[in-house]
Amino acid sequence: MMAMASQLLLLPNLRFHSNSQSAPRVISNPICRPLKLSKFQKRYKQSLRDSRVLAFYGRKTPPYKLDALEPYMSQRTLEVHWGKHHQEYVDGLNKQLENSPLYGHTLEELVKVTYNNGNPMPEFNNAAQLWNHDFFWESMQPDGGKSPWGGVLQQIEKDFGSLEKFRDEFVEAALSLFGSGWVWLVLKTKEKKFAVMKTSNAVNPLVGGEIPIIGLDMWEHAYYLDYKDDREKYVMTFLNHLVSWHTVALRMIRAEAFVNLGEPKIPVA
Amino acid sequence: MALRILFKKPCFPIPSHYGSTVPLRQFKTFSLPELPYDYGALEPAINGEIMQLHHQKHHQAYVTNFNNALELLDQALAKGDASSTVQLQSAIKFNGGGHINHSIFWKNLAPVNEGGGEPPKGPLGLAVEEHFGSLEELIKKMNVQGAALQGSGWVWLALDKETKTLSVETTANQDPLVTKGASLVPLLGIDVWEHAYYLQILPVD
Repeated sequence: MMAMASQLLLLPNLRFHSNSQSAPRVISNPICRPLKLSKFQKRYKQSLRDSRVLAFYGRKTPPYKLDALEPYMSQRTLEVHWGKHHQEYVDGLNKQLENSPLYGHTLEELVKVTYNNGNPMPEFNNAAQLWNHDFFWESMQPDGGKSPWGGVLQQIEKDFGSLEKFRDEFVEAALSLFGSGWVWLVLKTKEKKFAVMKTSNAVNPLVGGEIPIIGLDMWEHAYYLDYKDDREKYVMTFLNHLVSWHTVALRMIRAEAFVNLGEPKIPVA
Repeated sequence: MALRILFKKPCFPIPSHYGSTVPLRQFKTFSLPELPYDYGALEPAINGEIMQLHHQKHHQAYVTNFNNALELLDQALAKGDASSTVQLQSAIKFNGGGHINHSIFWKNLAPVNEGGGEPPKGPLGLAVEEHFGSLEELIKKMNVQGAALQGSGWVWLALDKETKTLSVETTANQDPLVTKGASLVPLLGIDVWEHAYYLQILPVD
């Protein structure tokens, strides 16, 4: 029981927040105390079973070890990018939402609500960057890159003409971005096709109702330690060695639940 | 004063080969200004690697792209191509702004042995005290505004020529200070783009 209880943390009784995952997620919070019951709690017969579980928004852990993307993205970059920046967005958002009516949203909903149709609220930056980075870690994998295959390749060839044209467009969008931003491969819900999209600062395709399939962080903190100012090398490396086409396939499958991409080509007997 | 030299474009009517006298920009390219100190002279505050990259790569890229955009603009104006003229404005603002801002930035910095880091004296010192209370307050205010800036941008100590007041302003990306107010003159600019400091961030934990 103690072992199980050590997974939980005793925290003050606050409202329950939900995030994008189905189970409430408990994250470490600098103000929480270690697990022994205090004298107060012992006196008033609070047991460990009574501990309140508090779930704020949390960040996802990259689905690989922090050194797994070497030499294309160094461990140090991941340590700082995930460990410091991503965590700062989480802490900032939780702090902003402490006494806010904006609770109870999933993270995706929160991004759309705080975007406020182009007039973003102060919480938007943290919420969107939190979501963007979760998406980014999952867009990459060790031993990634190379070429897509099957349905993904078919869709890319259908919508861009060829894989090379897609890569050129992606790189061009990344290099022509002024300032900080993101480059995306999205599935456009109305046109029902893939497109490359670039956004500034924290904006992501969700706010426009599109379905993101790949996300690449073009903020300088994402590549400066590894590539200094050579953005082109960073983008090319991402496409050649980092992007996870498995994840792209999964996201496409999920997107097909919302967007009808047409009949599959069933060969006529 | 240095800005006027950078901005100088002799603009007088040159007869084009179409016969009409259209005022054309006599083509003067902008160039990367030299730093008044060595790359390593600002250590340990800013290390030499950052200074070198910042000056030779980033600022140089702004200058090169600025010149390219201006050349394209020249061609578009000569052809009377209105849509290209307008479309080039964002590239000019970005790269030209980058060039202007960084030129100011290098002049704002000085090695410690040449007075870098010393509090302002004279009229500037008095003005800082009048408008902000103390130098510490000004520093605090600039820190807060710089940290609050989302994405890339600059923090400025600005002088309003008309009202004769000092203020702290921020601009996004490479927008020069004048985009915040036509009468604002930059006294001090701090580059809060990540490239300006990222190689020197402290290790995690």
